[in-house]
Amino acid sequence: MSYSGATQLTIQNIAAGLKDKPGALLPILHAIQNELGYIPPDSVPDIADALNLSRAEVHGVISFYHYFRDTPPGKKTVQLCRAESCQAMGGKQLEAHVKNRLGIDYHETTADGQFSLEPVYCLGNCACSPAMQIGDEIYGRVSAATFDAAVSAIGESA
Amino acid sequence: MSVTIYVSKDSSAVSLGADRVAKAIMKEAAQRGVSLNLIRNGSRGMYALEPLVEVVTAKGRIAYGPVQVADVAGLFHAHFETGGNHALALGLTEELPYFKRQQRLTFARVGLTDPLSLDDYRQHGGYRGLSNALKIAQADIVKAVTDSGLRGRGGAAFPTGIKWNTVLNTSSDQKYIICNADEGDSGTFSDRMVMEGDPFVLIEGMTIAGLAVGATQGYIYLRVEYPHAHSALNRAIATAYQAGYLGDNLQGSGKKFDLEVRLGAGAYVCGEETSLMESLEGKRGLVRFKPPLPAISGLFGKPTVVNNVISLASVPIILDKGGEYYRDFGLGRSRGTLPMQLAGNIKHPGLVEVAFGMTLRELLYDFGGGSASGRPIRAVQVGGPLGAYLPESQFDTALDYEAFAANWTVLGHGGVVAFDDTANMAAMARYNMEFCAIESCGKCTPCRIGSTRGMEVMDEIIKGHDLAKNIPLLRDLCNTLLNGSLCALGGMTPYPVLSALNHFPEDFGIQDTANAA
Repeated sequence: MSYSGATQLTIQNIAAGLKDKPGALLPILHAIQNELGYIPPDSVPDIADALNLSRAEVHGVISFYHYFRDTPPGKKTVQLCRAESCQAMGGKQLEAHVKNRLGIDYHETTADGQFSLEPVYCLGNCACSPAMQIGDEIYGRVSAATFDAAVSAIGESA
Repeated sequence: MSVTIYVSKDSSAVSLGADRVAKAIMKEAAQRGVSLNLIRNGSRGMYALEPLVEVVTAKGRIAYGPVQVADVAGLFHAHFETGGNHALALGLTEELPYFKRQQRLTFARVGLTDPLSLDDYRQHGGYRGLSNALKIAQADIVKAVTDSGLRGRGGAAFPTGIKWNTVLNTSSDQKYIICNADEGDSGTFSDRMVMEGDPFVLIEGMTIAGLAVGATQGYIYLRVEYPHAHSALNRAIATAYQAGYLGDNLQGSGKKFDLEVRLGAGAYVCGEETSLMESLEGKRGLVRFKPPLPAISGLFGKPTVVNNVISLASVPIILDKGGEYYRDFGLGRSRGTLPMQLAGNIKHPGLVEVAFGMTLRELLYDFGGGSASGRPIRAVQVGGPLGAYLPESQFDTALDYEAFAANWTVLGHGGVVAFDDTANMAAMARYNMEFCAIESCGKCTPCRIGSTRGMEVMDEIIKGHDLAKNIPLLRDLCNTLLNGSLCALGGMTPYPVLSALNHFPEDFGIQDTANAA
């Protein structure tokens, strides 16, 4: 994936617009990931320049936070909760089913670029465990069947 | 005449189909020519009944639930819009035992009002606390909070009034109020419910905190996993600015308070207050050494109040009704109410706000109705991923900070996760070590390395390898984590691990319980 001039301009504009906020780095990284789906490694020098930080400092922040990613995600990201409440309601079996159905492990993207799978440690939907989120849609009391239905529905609309 | 109907927009209700139900109700109403005013409220917290539909009648709000799209036509056929009888009819919402037996102070409006309507908020007692706070001296605001006995609801239970007093008495050109809304503890969702269901109460609480200590800037550090709360907070903040409840001249008083939401990025450790401040400053979320206390040198080196959502959301009612009113709930040194969250393998999960003092057993069975699977509840983890597992013999512990501490357990943020007898507690202990390894900020060695070693030792134990060596090794490692870690992540991971080992030694391959100790 090349770092095109258009992408660079987008990133420079985002950084210029937010750099004067106190503690601007996280807001800038969020804005970039919202716009592009990920934070291109090539953008690190531009972000560092805008904030007068070293590239190492920017890279260190990006790599510290689980949410920030430096590769493009699939069209939809499936966030599956691995935490205790979901485990108490069969989350482990669901996890096995999801990985099997998508044919990928955590932090991977399906070959057709349709889905990325990420673990999440709590969606705050513990009263409706097990829980997951696909894109912006939250799901509760998820079973293998409801997962399959959700994935098929998305696949058909794509 | 138009009928008013409530369908929750709480994200858990949405996860069960509330958006689809709301849409189906509007569609069916249009087809039948019924005039409806549909309000998307917060959740009442009775998740076994969500999606819950409430109809306003002369007698009060009548509840129907759980409603699915397929039920909507039948509800209209039964004239639910005038409170007609139907298989899903539950009667008056506020007479439902699950709801009626609660003492809702902090959650007084959640599920009752339109979360984004400032008028609704004010009609239900909102902004009375701020109005009182604007009339009294800063020290008197702090005194009201101190008198209420409110302790930090995020989990550490530090007296809120003492924290505020330190910030009040530290002079500085700039002070900050931070709301810790990084509700990362699994099994907890009360912060989310308040932010989605009554965002103005948090804004009001933070504004009062700002007035009390002389801080003019507030930040809500919100976890990125809560997009619905993010949107509700941003909309409520914009409304509050327009109405003069935030900004340069609070209600014409000449006082100033600005508020902004900042998003976290999926790091559990950023719920630790010093790590949170590092993150707000745009850095890696590494835990800081204490002292200095954040109250003296916090965000950008300035005096800072860091309080949990529930602590701050409890402030308006304290300033409205007085510290004594709040203190009269609860017992001992645990005053007021604690919104408990029932989750995991439980029949009636949800939000239960009660005065301190009820037993865990009452909560699990009288409210929770026992396990969802119908099997015996074997273990209950209270207080999030750093909380101990309680066996049945400890279910009579009262919900009270000191009573829990006496058992080497923690009440924390009030999360309760039930497990039935199919749970393997050695596997849970391994998971607890794994979680610590994934989320460790890496600054201190016991947590960074100890958690990974803990996972490896648990793997050996689960395989049954050399238990005579590995069990003492696990205990020794937990001892190092407990005493040598910089913050609660490493320091409290031994709570779930050792409680699992102590109470469920058979899952660790130890048949003779005398050897487990």
